[in-house]
Amino acid sequence: MCSLALFPPPLPPGQTTLCESNNELLSGANNSEDAQDSGPLSLHFPRESLKLHSRTESSSKAAFLDHSETLWMRSAAAWRDGGFTGLLNEVTTSHAEVPKWLSVTSGCILALLRWVSSFHGSLYPHVTLSSEDMIAEFSQVLNWPDCVVRAFAWHPHTDKFAVALLDDSIKIYNPKSAISPTLKHRLQRNVAAVQWKPLCASALAVACQNCVLVWNVDPCSLSTRPSSGCAQVLSHPGHSPVTSIAWSPSGSLLVSASPLDTAMMVWDVAAESCVPLQRVGGGGVTFLSWSPDGSHILACTPSALFRVWETRMWTCERWPCIKGRCQSGCWSPDGSRLLFTVQGEMVIYALTFSGSPGVPPSMVKGPQTAVVVADLSETTFNGPDGDIIVGGEIQSLSWDPRGERLAVLLKGDPQAANRPAIIAVFKTRANPIFELLPCGFVQGELGAEARLMEFHPNFQHGALLTVCWSSGKITHIPFYFLSSGVSHVDLSRSPPLPHPHERPADFANQSLFTELIS
Amino acid sequence: MFPSETSCWFIRKVIWWRAAASIAWSVLLLPPTTAVFVILSKFSFLHPIQTVSDCLSLLMSANSIFSFILLGGVVIMVGFLILEYYTVIPTIACSKIALLGQLLHPRQVVNSLAHGLMGMIVGWCCAVTVGHRYETLGYPARSSDGHPQMCLNEYHLVFLLAGAFVGFSHSLLGVIHNINYVYFHTVQQYKYLHFKGSLPLVVKCSAIQAFYSMRNFIVVYFFLGYIPKTWICKTLTLHLDSSVHPLDSIAGLLDLSLLYHLWISATFLLFTWYITLLLFRIFVTEVYSFPVKSTFTDDSHQCLPKVLTDNQPMILKFLALQDLALLSKHSPSRRSEVFSLSQPGGHPHNWNTVSKECLALLADLTQRLVAYHETVATNGRAKSLSSGSERKTSSETSATSGTEDLMSPRPTFLMKTPASIFARSVARGPHSPLTSPFTSDLDSPFASPALRRLTAPVDQCSPWHGSIQSPHIMRRGPQLWSTSTESHANGSPPPSPASVPSPKQEPAKPSFLAQFLQNRKEQVKNFMAKRVLIMYLFNKLPEASSQALFADSQAHIWALEALSYLVQASFTEDQFGVVQTTLPSILSSMLHLQEAVDRHFKLPHASSKPVRSTNSMEDFAFKTLRFALRATLKTSIYRITTTFGSHLNAVQMSGEHRKRLQQFLEFKE
Repeated sequence: MCSLALFPPPLPPGQTTLCESNNELLSGANNSEDAQDSGPLSLHFPRESLKLHSRTESSSKAAFLDHSETLWMRSAAAWRDGGFTGLLNEVTTSHAEVPKWLSVTSGCILALLRWVSSFHGSLYPHVTLSSEDMIAEFSQVLNWPDCVVRAFAWHPHTDKFAVALLDDSIKIYNPKSAISPTLKHRLQRNVAAVQWKPLCASALAVACQNCVLVWNVDPCSLSTRPSSGCAQVLSHPGHSPVTSIAWSPSGSLLVSASPLDTAMMVWDVAAESCVPLQRVGGGGVTFLSWSPDGSHILACTPSALFRVWETRMWTCERWPCIKGRCQSGCWSPDGSRLLFTVQGEMVIYALTFSGSPGVPPSMVKGPQTAVVVADLSETTFNGPDGDIIVGGEIQSLSWDPRGERLAVLLKGDPQAANRPAIIAVFKTRANPIFELLPCGFVQGELGAEARLMEFHPNFQHGALLTVCWSSGKITHIPFYFLSSGVSHVDLSRSPPLPHPHERPADFANQSLFTELIS
Repeated sequence: MFPSETSCWFIRKVIWWRAAASIAWSVLLLPPTTAVFVILSKFSFLHPIQTVSDCLSLLMSANSIFSFILLGGVVIMVGFLILEYYTVIPTIACSKIALLGQLLHPRQVVNSLAHGLMGMIVGWCCAVTVGHRYETLGYPARSSDGHPQMCLNEYHLVFLLAGAFVGFSHSLLGVIHNINYVYFHTVQQYKYLHFKGSLPLVVKCSAIQAFYSMRNFIVVYFFLGYIPKTWICKTLTLHLDSSVHPLDSIAGLLDLSLLYHLWISATFLLFTWYITLLLFRIFVTEVYSFPVKSTFTDDSHQCLPKVLTDNQPMILKFLALQDLALLSKHSPSRRSEVFSLSQPGGHPHNWNTVSKECLALLADLTQRLVAYHETVATNGRAKSLSSGSERKTSSETSATSGTEDLMSPRPTFLMKTPASIFARSVARGPHSPLTSPFTSDLDSPFASPALRRLTAPVDQCSPWHGSIQSPHIMRRGPQLWSTSTESHANGSPPPSPASVPSPKQEPAKPSFLAQFLQNRKEQVKNFMAKRVLIMYLFNKLPEASSQALFADSQAHIWALEALSYLVQASFTEDQFGVVQTTLPSILSSMLHLQEAVDRHFKLPHASSKPVRSTNSMEDFAFKTLRFALRATLKTSIYRITTTFGSHLNAVQMSGEHRKRLQQFLEFKE
C-alpha cells in the first residue's frame, strides 16, 4: 500500500510544479510572466473582474411598499410562491380575517408538517441545508461557494473546454478559434457541474440549482452570446438542486442527481423525457460517475451508502460504508476498477468488477469487499520554512484516461497555515497487479490553493492535468510519459522538454511496496 | 385477427403468451385494488373500526365474489381489446377532420361501445360494492295516494351512466392521445422494477382523468339526464319518487358524498384498465433475443437476419431491430456471429442481410424526407411554380440519384412508400389505394379496417391530406406513388436503378392548363377560407405532418445504432473484413440522411422544441421521435468517425460527402 511518506517533499513556497518528465516532477520559480507564456489556454479570472449578483434574496418583495390585499389575493400569492405550506402559513398568520376554526386547523396541519419534516431531517441531516450549502457540501470542488471557477469540463474529443464562473456564466474556450462564447441563462444559477456530451461537437450539460440545462453551442457559429433558445431545460418536480450529472460514454443518455431526490433521473435528452430510478435508502444522490466503458455508474448518497448501477438492465448493488458517505470516486479506463474515498477516512479504496459486457448481468459477481490501496493519513515534511503537514481527507479523485496517473485533491485545513490543500499524484499500474506508486505533489503559486482538477481526455504525450486555483487561475500540468500499453514508436514526437532541475537524490532508492488485491 | 402466414409463429408463440401473462397479472392484481377501493369508499373518520369490519364482511360476501368475477371478465376483455388494437406506429391525424374520421371509424366505434358497456358493468359492480343507497335500481315506496309501487333509484342509475361515460370517454381520449401506441423505452429495466416505477404515475393520472371525466359527466347529466331517466322508467315501468330530489338539478348534484363515490369509482375503473395497459406494454416490449445463426434448419425462419427482413407483423420487426441494436451494443459473442462467414462458401450472409436491411430503412426515410420537402417547397409557393421549384426539384433529383447509385444492390424503390414497411399485411392490398390518395376515401368510415390499418400512416402523413389541393400536384401525386406500388406489386426488382422511372422527372414545365387550374384553386381556396368551420376542420395541426413523417422512426433509430455500433466493433472484432465492403455505403447513406434531416428541420413547424411530456398515461414519445432520430444520427456518424479517424480518408466517396465527413472528423458539426 502506498502512503504519503513515500512522496518527495512538497516544493518550497514560491516554486510551482511545471510538468513531469523522465519520471520526475519539474518545478520552476514563481514567475508570473512565465506562467503567461506557458500556453494559450492558461487563463486567469481575477475575482474583481466578475460582476457578481448584488442581491442575495430570491424575492424582490422588500423593495416595494407594503399594501393591503384581500385575503383571497394573498392566499393565491402564497400558494403560487410557497405552495401548500405557504398557503397554510398565510392562513394561520391572518387571524383577523379568517374564521377561527380555519386558522386553528391550518396551524395544526402546519405544525404536523413541520414535525414530520424535522423527523425526516433528523434521519437525513442534509435536507435541512439550503440549496447553496448543499451544493457546497456535496460538490467535488473544494470550498465551492468561494470558488471563482466553479466547474470545468474538457470536451471529450477536441481541445476545447467550458468554464463555469462565480457569476453564473459559462465560457467556452477553443484554441483553434478566437471566439469564446459566453453562456448565460435565467435558470443557470449555482452551477455545480458541467459536462460535454460524448460523440457530439456541441452539447454541453450544466447542472444548475433547479434544473439541468443542455446547451447546444454550434462550434462554427460566430456568436459570442448564444441565446437562451439554444438551451434545453430538463427539470422534474422535486429534482433540485442538481449536484452531479454524467453522460453515458455512448452519448445517448444523461443521468442527473440531487441530494433531495431519492430518484436518479435518466434523461433521454433529445426527447426531454426522463425515467426516475428510485431505490429505498440513502436519502438522495450526491455524486455520479459513469465508467468509461459505459457498463456501470457509481451513485453516492448523503448517508453511509453508495450504489453501483449496472447500465444494461439498471439494477444496482448496495455498498454500505462504515464511517461516512462516499465523497468521490473514479473509474479505470476499462471500467473494471473503481476507486473511491469515504468522508472521515484518509484512505483510497478499490473495487474490482470482473464482468465483461457480454455476460448477462445476473452472472456477474461483484467483489465482496473493498480493498484499501492507498493511505493518505497526515504526514509531516520538514521544509526550510518549517514543517508542512500533508494529508487528511480527500476532496476528489481524478484518473487520467490512459489509467497511468491518479490525481488526489487533499482538503487540508483552511485554518492552519501549514496544512494547505494540495494535489497528490500517483502513478498507477494495472498489470500484473494493481498498484499505486508515488509521483509527487502538484503545487501552485504562493497563496493559491487547488480547488478543482480534471485530466484532459486525449492528450497525446501522456496525461495533462488541468487545475483551477483559488486565485482564479487555470493552469495545465503535463505529465510526459510513455504509456505501457502503447508501442514505443512515437518517441520522436515527444515535445522538447523544459530544462530539468536538480533532483533530490535521496528519493531515488526508496523502496516502493504494493499490496496484492486479495 | 392476425394474418396466419409464415411469420406468424412469433405472434402465436410470443406475443399471445406475453399478452396472456399481462392479462393474468392484471386479473391477479384485481383483488388488492378492489380491497383498497372498498376501504376508500366506505371509510368514515368517526368509526374506523366499524369501517374495517364492514369492509371485511363485504369482501367475504357472495355478492362481492360475483362482482369479482364480473370485474375479472371486464379486465380480460380490456386486455383482449388492447391486444387487438395496439400498434407500434402511432396514427397521427394531420387535421381535425382526419381525427374525426378516426373517431367515427367503425372499428373504433365498436371499440368505444365495448368500452362503454364494460364501463357500465364496472359502474354496476361499484354501485353494489359501495352499497347503501346505491345498491339497487328500484326500491318500493308509497305513492302520494298511499299505493305501493316500485320507484327508480336515481343514484344507481347515475353510477351506471357514469361508468359508461368514463369508459366511452376513455376510449375516445385514447384515440386522440394514441393510447394504443406501444413505445419501446430506451432504458431497459426488469419487468417488476419497471412496473413498480410506473405505479405512482398510473395512480396519479387515473385520479386526475377520473376527476375531469366526472366533471364532464356531471355537466352532461345535468342537461341530458332526463332522457335516460324517463326511458328507464318507461321500459321497466318504474315510477319517479316525487319525495326525493331529482339528481339532474343543481341541488341534487351538489351531494358531496355522491360526488366522492363517483370519483373514487371512476378512479378505480381507470386504474384497473390502465394497469392492464401498462402491463401489456411492459410485457410486449420486453427484449426478445433472436438467435443470429440457427443450428437447425427448421428454426431458420426464427433467426435474426430472416426476421429482420420480414415486414409482416410490425411488432416482430421492431423487436428484431431492438435486439439487433442491443446485441451490437452489448454482446461481443453475438456480434462475432454477425461478422462470421457462412460455412460452405464463405459468404458473410448474416452481415449482408443485416446491413442491407438497415440501409434500406435509412434510404427509405431519406426518400420520404426528400419527397416531403419537395411537396412542401412547391406548396409553399403555389403561384410561382416556375424557376425556383424547378431548381429545387433538379437538385433533389441529383440527390436521389446519388442514393440510387449507392443502394444499387437493393432498389430503394421497394422501400419507398411508407406503406411498404408499415403494412401489417402487404399481401392484402396489392391494388392498394395508394395510387390515388384522393379518390379512395381512406378516412371514410366505410373503408375496411385492414385497409385502413395498412394505409393509415400513409394517408395521414401524405402532405396532400386534408387541404384543398392543386391539380398539378394531384396529377403528380399518384404518379409518385404508383411507381413504387407497381414495382412493389410485381415483386421483381427493376434490373438496374437507372432504368427505374424516377418520379422526380415527372414535374415538367408548368403547362398553361396547370396555371389555369392553379388560379381556379386559389379562387376556391379563398372562398372556402371564409367558412370558419371548414377552415377549422381542414387546417393542418401544427407539427402533425412532421410527426407523422417520423412516426416509425424508432426503427430507424435502432438501425442507426446497430450499424454504428457494429461498424465500431468491426474495427477490432471483424476478422474477415466483411464490414469494410459496406462501409462506404453506410457512411454515404448516413450522410444523405443527415442532409435530408437537416433540411427538414429548417422547415417551419419542424424545428420547434420537443413538447414536455405531461404526467399522463399516453406516451408522448412519438412527438419527439424526430429529435431523437436527429441526435442518434449525429452520434452514430461521430461514433464511426472517432473509431476510424483518419483511416476514413481511404474510403471512397463523393467529394461533397468527404467534405461533410471532414467536418465530422474535426468536430465541427
